[in-house]
This record gives sequence, structure tokens and C-alpha cells, in this order.
Amino acid sequence: MLLAKEPSTTDIPMPKSRMANICYHCGAPCITANIAIAEKLFCCEGCKLVFEILNERDLCDYYKLQTHPGLSQIKTIRNDKYTYLDNEAIAKKLYKFTDGNNTIVTFYIPGVHCSSCMWLLEHMNRLKPGIAESRLNFTTKEVTIHFAKDEISLRQLVELLATIGYEPYIDLDDSSQEQAKIFNKEKLYKLGIAGFCFGNIMMMSFPEYFSQHLGMEHQYAQLFRILNLLLSIPVFFYSASEFYISAWKGLKQKMLNIDAPIVLALIITYSRSIYEIATGTGSGYLDSMSGIVFFMLVGRVVQERTYRSISFHRDYKSYFPIAVSVLTTEGMESKNIQDLKEKDVVQLHNDEIIPADAIIISGRAKIDYSFVTGESEPVTVNTGEMLYAGGKQVGEQIIIEIIKPVAGSYLTSLWNHHAFTKNKAEENNENSAVHILSRYFTYILFTLAAITAIYWGIHDTARILPSVSAMLIVACPCALLLSSTYTNGNLLRIFSNNGLFLRDAPVIEQMGSIDHIVFDKTGTLTKGGGKMATAGHQLSEEEKEWLYNVVQSSQHPHSKELTKYLGYYESVPITGWREVAGQGIEAYASGNKIKVGSAAFIGLEEDQNENASLFVRINNKVSAYYLLPVLRDEIPQIIPQLNQDYTLSLLSGDNDRQKPLLRSLFGGKSDLIFEQKPIDKLRYIERLQYEGKKVLMIGDGLNDAGALQQSNVGITLADDINNFTPACDAILDAQKFQFLPSLLRLAKAQKKIVLMSFTISVLYNIIGLSIAMKGIMSPMIAAILMPVSTLSIVLITTGASSMLARHFGLSLKSL
Amino acid sequence: MSALYILIIVSVAVAATFLAAFIWSVRTNQFEDQKGASIRMLYDNEKVKEL
Repeated sequence: MLLAKEPSTTDIPMPKSRMANICYHCGAPCITANIAIAEKLFCCEGCKLVFEILNERDLCDYYKLQTHPGLSQIKTIRNDKYTYLDNEAIAKKLYKFTDGNNTIVTFYIPGVHCSSCMWLLEHMNRLKPGIAESRLNFTTKEVTIHFAKDEISLRQLVELLATIGYEPYIDLDDSSQEQAKIFNKEKLYKLGIAGFCFGNIMMMSFPEYFSQHLGMEHQYAQLFRILNLLLSIPVFFYSASEFYISAWKGLKQKMLNIDAPIVLALIITYSRSIYEIATGTGSGYLDSMSGIVFFMLVGRVVQERTYRSISFHRDYKSYFPIAVSVLTTEGMESKNIQDLKEKDVVQLHNDEIIPADAIIISGRAKIDYSFVTGESEPVTVNTGEMLYAGGKQVGEQIIIEIIKPVAGSYLTSLWNHHAFTKNKAEENNENSAVHILSRYFTYILFTLAAITAIYWGIHDTARILPSVSAMLIVACPCALLLSSTYTNGNLLRIFSNNGLFLRDAPVIEQMGSIDHIVFDKTGTLTKGGGKMATAGHQLSEEEKEWLYNVVQSSQHPHSKELTKYLGYYESVPITGWREVAGQGIEAYASGNKIKVGSAAFIGLEEDQNENASLFVRINNKVSAYYLLPVLRDEIPQIIPQLNQDYTLSLLSGDNDRQKPLLRSLFGGKSDLIFEQKPIDKLRYIERLQYEGKKVLMIGDGLNDAGALQQSNVGITLADDINNFTPACDAILDAQKFQFLPSLLRLAKAQKKIVLMSFTISVLYNIIGLSIAMKGIMSPMIAAILMPVSTLSIVLITTGASSMLARHFGLSLKSL
Repeated sequence: MSALYILIIVSVAVAATFLAAFIWSVRTNQFEDQKGASIRMLYDNEKVKEL
């Protein structure tokens, strides 16, 4: 299954004897054997806590359904993170229904991934009394909970979910999803009705096909025709309605899209059929018409598959907290972020994002601006200095004073750029080759129809109408529409099986026309965490043993990296262990004083070795540790591959420390530009497009959002596809990065497959028509050939695209 | 040949039943979550209540 959690632990070197020590809850390797209950080991206190809760409530079936089903609880959730849910005005927005006590809420839970998750979430009523029932929609990862507000508050409910490891993602203005569902149902109704009518019309038409050989009584012939006419009414007026809407929308914007000639053909077919049946001159073409509508609808449903658990439209708001703690004269108050005003004094905790430009009043601020600038090292900011929205506080809590409203901050001003006002999805669709091709097709058709009309106008005026209408019916570009929808549908399926999720089908075509690829560095080419390197005093084995025992119980990311780097040592007694948040750890091992942490903490001058992430002082010997960003494993392999077909560029918010390495990887031709702000990245893409380039941008963070939006195709690389990704056209699973060149080649082939299948169907029509005109073909054969030709389009397009995908080394099966 | 009238009525009625079943299944959200139902049916202790 695709959403299965990957324990991202394969790169941790572990001695063989310790391999079996994995967390009973989440399956991550346990760095220490100290956290345990009976035989069961846990990687952290969080996982142990979840186990205890479940064990107490007799919910341990959770662990029987899947082994290690839990999510790692290493990242703890702050106590007062959800205080804002006590604010009834905010909570109200989340309720689906409430009568004052009984309440229904639906939460989106990104962490849902297996049958154990489902079992636990549907047995929430056993965890806390106030919960009546809960039901999970596995596909959309939404859990609907019925609870009594008097017994358990919304905040308690959310906190309960968070403690058992299923922290919901709360977004107050997410109304678009409901609409999408209603739309989707409507499509299925249309499809079902068209299928029903098509089948019955075919059945009623058979006597007509055979009547040439067997003869049929007139009364029956007329009965079948009238029944057909009745059955075709819902097809023409209901099922086909979206073609009319789309064609009309196009015409209003003076755009001739592919639906316009299709609608024209439908109208002419239908009115001519009614005329023939009414006058008793023939049986009409209702069988073909309903068949075509049915197959086109199937194609659209296949093509418009959506990934409902992934969002492509998140803007900066998704990154910001919903509410912040504001200090007022009466004490602390939870305030909706939109209501923040200038001069508000806000308390900011570790790992919280600065909601608006502000000045720091008190506390030691260490701000990680990687969201905004891409620069990964946190910067120290002193009291009285400016903080910019989008930065993340690392360490102790700080007090800040807002100086600009949220909407006016530097970061959000990026969203006022015109790149964000255009509708990319619509634009892509309008410029799609299918519409352009159909436009030419329509012009040629009208010219031919006019010539025919003039010809018969001179020779036999009575034959103008029959011949012109016949022509328009036959030359319906539905084959083109079918070719493109079935090809796109199959390609979307193949892409998603290989870890690339597209927003919609027109993105495939955009991807196929790309000639320039721009990469972000941090988080895209490099991976999180990194490689440790040391400088200064080299530790002896004994010292390493001490150090291991000092840092292994700390939850700080740097301690964890250091523990990994050191490997495994036996435990030795540690005394006087003390962790100072945001600064470091101090302890004694066998009488030796050990300090680990920032330069200031261990008593160094700040400017010495400023790039080091961490210092260690054992007695008086100091060593520095550097956390070097490491390229993703696939990068050295895919960059040269892409370099053959595309021009590459690299934009980084970081400094150019790694330039030599990247230069050797990218070769001499590529632009490698460093210290780029989000708006610089956007402008760089704009400039390339001005030069006529079609640009693909691959990025990962909020700092790439502008560039992703401006580019022709913006792909977000995500280590966890359910995480928050900036608005983009496609999301690529980082574990499948190595498939990118193949995926791009496949996208390029899309146009060729559509054209090939269209050409084949046109040839097919020409041959069929010429035989029919000579009067050799019986109506029965003609009636059989119609669905067969449609079927052959379906087979050719899906077959060709699947074959190419396999040829490019992609997987066809769902994972 | 009047049997034909009955046959037509019966055949259309049968097809209409299937159409009605399809519309009912869409309306009751059975296409909303196809994965979940396949997992839910394997839980063997107590029954999960319908919404």
C-alpha cells in the first residue's frame, strides 16, 4: 500500500546484536534499552505512553492487526497547543452538528496508514466516556466523531487523538472538499444513467439491424424506435449536460474547445434521429449517440481521479498556527491569527511559527528561517530586533510584539504577487493540445461541410440537409476526446503508482513540454538530518562511551544525530545529568565533567567555529561537531540523466558552502545560484519563461511556493506525501525521486500516444465510411463496429502508455 | 408476438432495478471509501455501528 509508513531508519548504522531492538509501538530502532515495559521495548517515552493508555483500556488488539502500527511519538506535543479550541467561536467552525451537547466533528488525520489505525480510531468510545462513536473514512483519512460536549471538550478530544499518535490537522477554512464530493457523485449518476440507457437502446436496436434479413412487422419497428427515443432523453438532456456546460463556457470566453464540436454533433444527431423516427423514414442514430456519451463519460471519470487525501492548494495559512497566545492585562488569551493586531504581545513556544512581523521583547530567540529563506541554520536574534513572519523559534519560549498585521508581513506579501492570482489549472486546460487540434479539426470540417452544401445546392437542393448533417455526425471529434481522456487516465494511474501525484490531467501535457528544470537545494537535493563530522579533539573510545550515555536520553535532534553518529556503547553510570533547553546538556561520568551544546554553553567564544552545530567539552578538551547536509542517495544518478535532455538550474536559500560539490554534479552549463529569497526564485523562473523556456520547478518548502506557482509545472518533493506541502501542480514522494527522469519521459510520450490513437481512429472512420457509402455494409455490422472502434481506442491508448511505462522501468502495479 | 411486449417490460424493469441499485449505492456513500470497508469487515469482536 502506498501510504504505508516508511520507518526512515535504514541509514542508521546499528551493530548487529542490536538489530532486534525495535520499538514495539512504532517499529523505529531503539537507541536505548531503558524505556521498556516487561519484554516490550520502546524508542521513546511517547510511544510507551500510547502503549500504556491502550493497555489500560484493553485495546491491545491494535498491536495484533499489524506489527508496530504506531507512529513515532518522538516529537512531543506541547500541553497548551490546542488551548484555542476552548474558544467556542473557533470550535464552532469545526462542528458539523451540535445541539449544545451532542456534537459531531470530522478531522483529517494525516497519520492514518493501516488497519490498526482504523481499528483504534473506530474504538475511541472505549478510551474516554464522552465519545459515542467514531468512524473513519480510510480513503480520505477523515474520522467523524460523535461526542457529548458536556463530558469531553473538543480540546480534550483533539488532545486525546494527539496522545494516541493521531494528531489531526485542523484547518478552519477548508470548504472546498465538500463541494468536490457532491460534484463527484453527480458524475457517477450521469455515468450510471448513460450506461443503462445505452445498454437498452442497443438491445432495442438489434431487431432493426436484423430486419433486413428477417423482415419485421411495422408496428414493432415503430415501437422499438419510440422506446429508443424515450430512453435517449435522459442521455441527451442529463448525462451529456456537462459537455454543453463546458462548450458554452468556452464559447463565452471566445474559445472553441473540444466540447463545442462534440456538442454540435450531438445536437445534429439527436435532431436528425427525432426527424427520422417522427417521419418514419429511418431509425436514427440513437444507439451511436448514447454509446459515445457513455464512453466519453467513462473516460472523464477515469481521467479525473483525484487524490482526496492530498491537498494541492494549501497556501501560507496552512503553515501558520490557527491561534496564538496573546498576553493581555487580564492574562493569557487565545486569539485567532486573523484577529492579531499591531502592538499585540504574543508568547511563542519552541517550534512555533512567528505569525507576523514582530519585535522581540524578551527571551533568547533562535530563529529557523528555513521556511522563508531556505537557509537551514537558525540565527540568533537579540532583544529589540526584528523578527519576520514565517520564522520558527527553536528553544525556550519568547515574548514578541507584533508590529505589522499578518497580511502585511514580508512573507505573506509574496502571495500578493500576480503569480498567485492566475488560475493555472484553467490556463493549462485552455492551452491543451487536444483543444488546439480539435479547433483545426472543426475549421476543416466546416469548410468541407460548406463545400458539400454548395455542391448539392447546385445539383440537388433536397440533399443539402441530409448530406451536411451526415457529415457533421460522422466527423465528431469524439475519437480525439476519447484518446486523450483514456491516455491521461492511464498515465495518472501509472504516475501515482510510481509516487507522483498530479493535480489534474492537463499537468501531464505541461510536463511533456518542459525544457528547463530548476531545483531547490535544501530539502530537495539534500535530505533532512545529515552527516556528522568532527573537528578539534578526537575522542577516545572511553570518552565516546561517556558521551553516548550522556546524550542518548536527550530528545534534542542534535543529540539524536550525535547518538547515531557514535554508534552503540554499554551503559555507564552518569551523575548530575541536567539539560538546559535550547542550550545543552551537562553531566558527570566517572568523575569527568561532560558538557554538550552550543558554544556559549560550553564556554567558548561565539565566533570560534561558528559553523559547527554542536560542541562537546570533556574536562578541558573541546571537539566541534558539524551537521553537514547530505545529498539524497538518488541525486548523483538522476542529475546527469536529466542533464542530457534538459537545462538545469539550482536555486538555494543557503550560502554557497557546498558550491564545489554541486558544480561537479551539475557540470559547467547549469546556473547555480545561492542566497535566494523566495521572491528572487520567483523572478528567476519568470525570467526564464520570458526567454521562452518551459520551466519545471522542484522544491519542498514554503520558500519555494512563489517559484512553484510561477513555473509551468511546480513539483513539491515530500518525504511524507500527507505532510503540508505548498500549493503546486504535483507532489512527488521523495522515496521515488529516482523515477523522475522516467516519469518525465513518459509525460513527453503522452502527446504522441494521443495523436497515434487519433490517427488510427480517423483512418478507421474513413475506411468504414467509404465502405458504407458504397452501400456494401449492413446496418448490423456498422452498429457492431461503432463500439468496437471505441474499444480499440481504449485498448490502444492504455496499452501503449502501459508498455512505454514498463519500457522506462516504471512500475505498473499499485504499491 | 404479443409476448414481446411483456418481455420488453420485464427486461427494462430488470435493468432499471440495477440502475436503482447503483444510484442507491452512490447515494449512501458506498463509493466514498472502498478501502475502509474491506478492512472493517475483518474486525471480529463487536460490531461497528452504522452512522
